[in-house]
This record gives sequence, structure tokens and C-alpha cells, in this order.
Amino acid sequence: MPRISVQEAVFDLAAESAALAAGRHDIGGIASFVGICRADDGIAAMVLEHYPGMTEKALAGIAAEAERRWPLTGCTIIHRVGRLEPGAPIVLVLTASAHRSAALESCAFLIDWLKTGAPFWKREEFADGTTRWVEARAADAAATSRW
Amino acid sequence: MRILYFAWVRQKVGIAEEALSPPAEVRDVAGLIHWLSTRSPGHAEAFAQPKQIRAAVNQEFAQPDSLVAANDEIAFFPPVTGG
Repeated sequence: MPRISVQEAVFDLAAESAALAAGRHDIGGIASFVGICRADDGIAAMVLEHYPGMTEKALAGIAAEAERRWPLTGCTIIHRVGRLEPGAPIVLVLTASAHRSAALESCAFLIDWLKTGAPFWKREEFADGTTRWVEARAADAAATSRW
Repeated sequence: MRILYFAWVRQKVGIAEEALSPPAEVRDVAGLIHWLSTRSPGHAEAFAQPKQIRAAVNQEFAQPDSLVAANDEIAFFPPVTGG
């Protein structure tokens, strides 16, 4: 059962990784991706909103798809919402498997699919108080379609 | 019918959600967008370019020809930008 969480609080990579491996001896590797807020165009912060209810369902659906495609022994997706400043971690994806290829490939799959398949929206906030909605990128759609 | 708006769609419409009873001829997402556009200047602005709008019916991504019914939860929003 994947662990899915949408939360304002920061996550702990080491603790989440340890939780995936706890009490098991069939895991050969855990792959991780941590998305971090960049300071593009000198933004002061990024404000993330989502669609409560649908977001969790969409993430669970994407995790289930990864479990169909790769022999995973565990999977964690944590996505933060609210106001995040440059340098702050935004998203964590962890995948555990007996072998590295399944863990690494499914981790890349999950972050690619999550970017285009879960209802999150980012708004950039500038030092002068103005804001701008982030536009969807064609490169993200292309990254999703390669799977 | 419960209608939800997110991100700049919500800002332009001016509210996050509303409960509405569209006329019977509104059968699908595209028809609902067309009808909603007539409700206020904010709605009209939000839906001015339907190709920029994404929709969900009962919390599943939907298409312009996806059917809508009286008890559905319908959401409108821009293309997603998470991750």
C-alpha cells in the first residue's frame, strides 16, 4: 500500500526512507526524488494549491500504475502545499524494490506522471507583492508521454 | 450540481464553489462551460478560452464531451503545475 500525503509540513527524507525499509529483508534499493523550490526570476516564494480529495485519489492512482509496471516493495509520495520559499523541499517520491532498475525507473515515472496528472497549481510570489500563476510546460507533457 | 473552481479560474470567477442547477440541455462539460460563461462577467472571463480550461467530473479528469449530471461534483481549473 503506497504512502500518500499532501501536507503543509516539511518531510524527513531519512525517516521516510527508513520507514519503507523497516522490518523487511527483501528490499535491494530505495530510489528517491526530492523536488526543491528554485528562485527562478528572483521569486520570493511559491504558493501551491490543490484539489483536496481529488489530489489524493490521483496520486494513489499514479502509484498504483507504478506498482502495475514494476515489482515494487514500497512507494511513498509526499507533496507539500501552501507557501514555500526558495530552497524548500516541495515533493518527495520514494520507491523500493529488490533491484535498482525497478526502483530508479519507477521513481522517474512517478515524478513525471505526478507533474501532469495530479491537481496542483503553483503561483509565484515576488518581493514587490505581485504574483504570477506558473504555466504548464510542454516539456512536462513530453516527459509524461515517454512512459 | 456542485461546481468548484481552482487557481486562476477561481480568481476570475470570484468564488471557489457554487451549487447550481443547469438547464436540461446542459449535458456535457463543454455545454456546462458554455452555460456558466453567461452567468457573470467573471465567469465569462474565466471561460473566455475553453482550450485553457481543464475539468474533472467527480474528482476524475474529464474531457469536453464527458457527461455531467445533477448530483455531480464538477471542477474547472488550468492545466496542472505540481511536482
